Parts: sequence; C-alpha cells; structure tokens
Amino acid sequence: MPQSPHVVIIGNGISGVTCARNLRKMDSSVRITVISGESKYFFSRTALMYVFMGHMKFEHTQPYENHFWDKSRIALKEAWVETVDFAKKSLVFKSGETLPYDTLVIATGSKPNKFGWPGQELIGVQGLYSKQDLELMEENTQSGIQRAVIVGGGLIGIEMAEMLAYKKIPVTFLVRECGFWNNILPKEESELVGRHILEHHIDLRLECELKEILSDSSGRVSEVITSKGEKIDCQFVGLTAGVTPNIEFLKNTDLEVDRGVKVDEYFRTNVPDVYAIGDCAEFDKVPAPDRRPIEQVWYTGRMHGETLAHNLCHEPVPYRPGVWFNSAKFLDIEYQTYGTVPATWEVGQLKNFYWEHSSGKVSFRMLMDLEGKVLGVNNFGFRLRHEVMDRAIREKWSGGKVMDRLNHANFDPEFFAPYYISIQEAFKAEFGGNFHPSKKTFIQKLFGAKV
Amino acid sequence: MTWIEKIGLGLFLVGLTTFLVIPFLGTYSLSEELVKANTKAIHQDKMAEILAPMYGQEYSSNFTFLSAFGEKFDAYNDDLKSQQLWDEVIWDDYSFALAKAGLKSPVRDSPWLFFALAIGLAVLGGFLYNFRQHADEPEGIKNNGIFHSKLKNRGWIGMITGFFLILFYVVLYWFPAYLVNLVWMVNPISEMISGNPASQWFLYGLIYTLAIIVMGIRMFRKYRGNKYQQLRTASVMFFQTAFAFLIPEVLVLLNQPYFDFKNIWPLDYDFFYDYQIATFLSSGGVGMFMLIWGILLIIIGVPVFTYFFGKRWYCSWVCGCGGLAETVGDPFRQLSDKSVKAWKYERWIVHSVLVLAVVMTGVTIANYFSGFSFLGNVTNQLHSFYGFAIGSAFAGVVGTGFYPFMGNRVWCRFGCPLAAYLGIVQRFKSRFRITTNGGQCISCGNCSTYCEMGIDVRWYAQRGQNIVRSSCVGCGVCSAVCPRGVLKLENGPEENRINDLPIIIGNDSIKIHA
Repeated sequence: MPQSPHVVIIGNGISGVTCARNLRKMDSSVRITVISGESKYFFSRTALMYVFMGHMKFEHTQPYENHFWDKSRIALKEAWVETVDFAKKSLVFKSGETLPYDTLVIATGSKPNKFGWPGQELIGVQGLYSKQDLELMEENTQSGIQRAVIVGGGLIGIEMAEMLAYKKIPVTFLVRECGFWNNILPKEESELVGRHILEHHIDLRLECELKEILSDSSGRVSEVITSKGEKIDCQFVGLTAGVTPNIEFLKNTDLEVDRGVKVDEYFRTNVPDVYAIGDCAEFDKVPAPDRRPIEQVWYTGRMHGETLAHNLCHEPVPYRPGVWFNSAKFLDIEYQTYGTVPATWEVGQLKNFYWEHSSGKVSFRMLMDLEGKVLGVNNFGFRLRHEVMDRAIREKWSGGKVMDRLNHANFDPEFFAPYYISIQEAFKAEFGGNFHPSKKTFIQKLFGAKV
Repeated sequence: MTWIEKIGLGLFLVGLTTFLVIPFLGTYSLSEELVKANTKAIHQDKMAEILAPMYGQEYSSNFTFLSAFGEKFDAYNDDLKSQQLWDEVIWDDYSFALAKAGLKSPVRDSPWLFFALAIGLAVLGGFLYNFRQHADEPEGIKNNGIFHSKLKNRGWIGMITGFFLILFYVVLYWFPAYLVNLVWMVNPISEMISGNPASQWFLYGLIYTLAIIVMGIRMFRKYRGNKYQQLRTASVMFFQTAFAFLIPEVLVLLNQPYFDFKNIWPLDYDFFYDYQIATFLSSGGVGMFMLIWGILLIIIGVPVFTYFFGKRWYCSWVCGCGGLAETVGDPFRQLSDKSVKAWKYERWIVHSVLVLAVVMTGVTIANYFSGFSFLGNVTNQLHSFYGFAIGSAFAGVVGTGFYPFMGNRVWCRFGCPLAAYLGIVQRFKSRFRITTNGGQCISCGNCSTYCEMGIDVRWYAQRGQNIVRSSCVGCGVCSAVCPRGVLKLENGPEENRINDLPIIIGNDSIKIHA
C-alpha cells in the first residue's frame, strides 16, 4: 500500500493552522506536519498584547487544547527551517535535521519593518509580532523606563502604546502622516481615534518621523532624534511601521519571490507542489480590485488556509474573496468596516454619509455610488452585524434600504444606547429616503435608553 | 492606588480585623435558669442536670466554655449510645443557644459600637475603595493586570482569602456557637426588622447582602459604559436586599412564615419538606399563596421565562447565589476551568445533584401523602445528608470558599440543581442564544478566559457558530470583553438558533460550514 502523501506546513499561525485543520476534515488519510520554531502550539497572535497587560496568560491565547492536535493527527514539530531543498523535496532545519515532503505549504507570516534607521538594532529597540517579541518586550520594559517612543501609526503601534500605558510608561507616538492611520481611515475617523489617543495621555506627534536612535555607553537606547530635529529621551523604542513577509530563508532558492512568495490565484508558486498562503504570499495579480497583492490580515489568512485545503483535496478553485471586512480596537473604541471605504475619494465621485455622536467616540460612515447603492461602511464605538452588512453590500442595497434595516444590523448588547435611531434620522434629514427611523422598543423606553 | 482607595482599603482591613477578633471577646457562664430558658421543655431537667457542674463557673473564652459544654454533654450522650438507648439521647444541639445566653461581653453590652467598628468600617472602606474606581479613565474594559494580581490569579492573597472564606463557612454551618458575639452584634438590627433576636443566619444574610451591595458598586464602576452589566447588577442587588433579606424578616414581623419569594425548588431544597408544608398549610391564605407561588415558579415560571430569555433571567439577574457570584465573585471569574474534561465532570456532577434532589423530594412527598407509613423517618436521614453534603458543604464551603481557586461559579456550574433544570430548558427549548458575528473573531481568547461558567466561548465564536449551552448564565461578559464585537446575547426565533452560516463570511471561493 502506498504511503499517504505528506503535507508539510511551515508556520503555525492562523493561515497554516486553518489549512491543516481543514485538510484533516476533508481527508482523513493525508499525513500532516505543522512546523514552527516560535511556539509548539498555535496561539492567537493578535492576543499577545493581552498577555502583556495581564488580561490573559499565554496559554489562554491558544484556541485548542494541547490534546487536540494528537486527536486530529496533526504532527507538530518545534523547529526553525534553515532552508528548503526544492529539488529533493526536503526541508533542512537549523539543527541540520531534514524532513521530506510531498506537498509544501509556506505560511511563515510577517516580520516588523525596519527601514534602515540608524540605531534600529540597539538594545531596547524592537517590533512586536512574535511570541519572542513579546518576551523581549516584557524584558525590555521591566524597569527603568522613563519614556518610550513608538514609531509608526498603525494597529500594532497603538496596541504597543496601550501595553506601555498599562505599565504606566509615558509614550511618545511618532506618526509620519498628518492623521492617525490616515492611509486607511478617512479624515473624521482618523481624528476620532487621534482624540482618543490623547485622552489616554499618549503624546501623539503627527507628521513626525524617526531620524535616528542614539544609545548610551552600554548599547541601550537613550534617545531618538525626530525628523523635526527634536531629541526625545527614551529607554524603549517600538518600531511598528508595518510588517513585511518573513521569507528571508527562501531568498536565493528556486522559489520565485519578490516582497513575498509569488503565487497565482490557486496559491501555487513557481515550484510544483509548493504553495504559499497568508501574510507571506504575494499574488501575481490582485485577488479583487479593492485588494492588495499581499493580504496581511487575520481573516484573509483564514480564507487562504481554508481555500488551499480545499484545493489540495478537491478540484482546485481560484481564491475569490467576497465583501471586504475588518475590525480593530483602538484603546477603548471598537472599529468595524464592511465593504470598500477608502481613506480619500474625489468629491462628486461618491455619495458620502457621515454621522458622529456628540461624545466624539461613536461614528458611522456609509459610502454610496452615485445611484445611491451602498459600497461600504465604517462604524466606530458600536457594533454591526456582519451577516446583514455583507448582504447589503453584496446585493448593492440602496442607502435608504440599509437605513431601513439598520435596527436589524445593530449588534450592540441589549439596553445599549440605540445609536442606529440617530443615524437613521440623520440620514433621512440629509438624503431623504422611503423609510421611517426605528421607534424605541418598550424595553429601551423602560430602561431609559438614550443616545 | 489613589489616596481615597488607600483609605478605603485601610478601613476595610480594620473592619475585617475587628470582625475576626470579636468572636474571642468576653466570658461565658451558665446557670440553671439560663439552661432551662434555652432548652426544649422535654430536655429542660435533663440538660439542667448534665450541665450542673458548669454553674457559677466563669469561662474566659468560647473555646474553654464550649469544650466544657461538649465534655459534659457528649459524656451523657455517649453513655446512652453505648447502651443503645437511642430514644433517650438528646439529638438537639444546644451549644449555640446556651453560648449565646451565657455570654458576657462588651459586644453584647454595646452591639452598635462593635457593629460600627466591624461591619460599619468594612462597608465604609469597601465603599470608599470602590466608588471612584477608574474615575480618571475613559469607559472601557478594565481587565488590566488581573493575571499579575496576587489576589485574582491564585497568588498568596487569593489563597488567604479562600482560606478565610472556607473557615467562615465551616464555622457558620457546623460550629455557630463560636459566633455568638457576632450574632449579639447584629441583634438590635434583627429586632428592628423582624422583632426577633438574631440567629447566625440573620448575621449571614446581613453580611451577604452588604457584600453584594458594596461589590455591586464595584461592578458599576468596572463596567461603566455597559448598560447590560449595570442593569443586571442593580437587579441582583435589589433582589438580594428586598426578596432574600428584608421581605422574609418583615413577614416574620407580621407573624407570617419566613419566605423568600424568589427562591425556587430544587435550589430551595426544603420547599417540600413536611415541616415546610405544615407551615404553609397552617398559615392561612398567605401560607397557601406561598405554596402555590412556589409551585407555579417551578412548573410555569422556570420554563416560560427561560423559553423567552434563557436561564439568565434567574441566574444572573435574580438569584442570590448568582448575585454573590456576580459581585463579590467577579474578581475571580477568570479562574474557571475551560477544559473539555471539566465540562464532562460538570455535566455528570450537576445532573447527579439534580437527580438526587428530585428523588429526595419525590420520596419526601410520597412519604408525606402516605402519612409517613411509606418510609417513616428515613426521609429525615436523607434530608440531613442532602443538607450537609449539598446544601452546606457544596453550596457554601465549596461554592463560595473556592472562589479564589476555581472561579466564582463553582456551585452554579457543578452543583446547583436549579441551574441544571434551567439549563435543560435553555438547551432544548429557548429563544436565547449568543450570536456570533460572522467571521470577525480573532480567536484571542478573552471571551473564554472571562467566562465564569468555564464555557470555551471561543470554540464556537471562531467557527461562527451560535452558542447554545445549558450552562450559560447570560452574564454578558464575553460580549463585553470581545475586542472585535463578535458576541451578542439575544432572544430570537428558535429557527436557525443553532445556525448554519459559513464559518467565515466573505470567502466566495468556497463555503465551509461548521
């Protein structure tokens, strides 16, 4: 009897693990090995900040109990891959050990960007991506930090700021752009988050870049110099200016790489039986007009993983992402987005509806095409139901219809302020529309729910 | 810590220390009159004789007094037992009544002073500590540092807290005679409310209620900005204060049976005991109303409310055990075990307790209607076993004493027969579910970590599957701590309650269902 094929997955992040789990569900005989040098067991990378802040212990970030992997017959190998011998179909580990594969899935994720700043390798200067980064950050911030500087205004930057604030370390947050995350967020939303950052006593410096990091005599960071020439004394520097595919060990091999591992819409690389998914994959053409060639989001990683698992077991299908969605939390403010909401657009090209609560912490934006069909929404400080928004955008509902159903789309807990009523009223005042704003329910009246 | 929190903590510790010292104050002495006044008529002469050697002696502590009492009393009983004269053995325990009567102490002389120094300071301190918490922070999740805390992560402060809680329950249930000073301390309050002297149960009820109120204020602060948490906290504070504490005492004042209108069999396991039934039947219209009300809650209230709202209507909005768990126990919610193994134990244990309670009650009722010809007094043995093992040891000592070790819902999860009953309804016939929001879950684990019932919420959330679990008490904390807005407690149509959406919405390549 021929041995069942051996699928080896490098990387046990969300993409690799989703692929492994779905492979097992679809094929009970295939041999599966998942390799990671970072951590034997899968954990949720996005939760590392909560470990630092004492919300959870590291083991709480592991979505499956340890016995799950044995039960699913997914072999876990804790090792770092040194290189891949594509000709022999074999992995070579740092230890010199080798492992043959029939099918190889590369899911090695990302690493923090470092743009060649002078002093970027000093002690106390780091990014935050891996479990090891977390451990390093715990060590680096143990004591003696009077101030920290964070460079780069993205999601990891604000997480790092929140983490440092937990330790009561004053933070200066250098953001190159003129608004927080304003390559993604429209102006109003970017300002909303910016205000909230200041509310948390984080020293947000917009349009300010890092020029140089200086050290003391022991090789530890002691100050940074900004593009404006200002010196800031600090003992810790967080580099959070985005991430880049983690494929160093694959360069100068037969595998075609650019910024990431080049793949087609079936996740196939130029080498037969070798695939790449998740953060480290770079599509040769974008999967959809509103997508980028490298998708570095938790949810896209999952979709890559499940789609590739399907393709390895069944008739391959091309990767076709549906309506875009994403979410994040900026300190205390939750953010969700559905569909396409670019940071900027030409006036007269789209219809724009924006509502903001007087607290300045809750907002809703809906973009529509010129016919009034919804293209996408941003919501801050309250929750929307994914299923409803996905349908609205997929079926190109009119803005009025979205408003009409906004009470069904509301996903805030019971008794919360019914923001959707104010949003409906504001929309009606601005755009008209054939719908009536919702009435407060009996329970909402009873408990005095108000916006 | 702000200065006001420091003062609060300081006052609380002074109050707590006073509370712990009070039981050791004063002296004890007995006289024949005292003994006769505090024993049943049939035992009066005998007890007076047994305890005669103690008359006129002054005992300097509760230990010496109770050991002398135990010596005399046990000697008498042991002798009869060895001769198998079971009918002459005195089964009643008079140690509490006699210790209470024989006490001379400054606490008995000035109860209000000691009440102010012990409970007053503890409550004031707790209030000061809590009422301004997080004042200078924006609204949001306040879980910072929980796993770095020596109290909330099974550190040494947690161990000491657990030890004291367990000790308190053991003494309360089985050695209440050591607490007579504390009982005297709250005597005037009892006299005010019900017109009767305080018992250890009055002391317990008072502390319990105050603890829920003070820690309820903490909940208001911690969950500022979360209306669901605020309302249900206010609800448990109200039901504990009014229904569990005040109304029963006022009923006694009005010469009616002591009755907690929100306590439901089988949590209220003695509801169908013969003496309870006798009380209801002998108390006219009010008693009859109580009996019918209690039965209606069991057969209509539980299924109907649980159908519409899930078991949360009781467990995290009304129940007294739940009230304590959700307020005093909230700092420990993250300590519940989420493993599949724990879930397995939970199902076996909690349903066994339910079966035991049902069988015990069935036998009791059958026996009652057969005029005690069915089993005679055997049901009493069953009652005392259940009362000891489940009512006291499990619900009290383990249920609350283990907060700092196994989380705040040990009893509710593993032991409460009413929770098991509500859970069966919730699982199979209810509109309640926790809806998960499509694909937005990032598997971070906050929901599972903070689930007091040990439900691995994330297991469902990351599959986009609604959570329909019998044990869920609907506290809503999973939804509160979710950083991505994935979870929502909802009541809705039964159809599609266990949903069949794709695991991830938004992948048009393939659709994988959970």
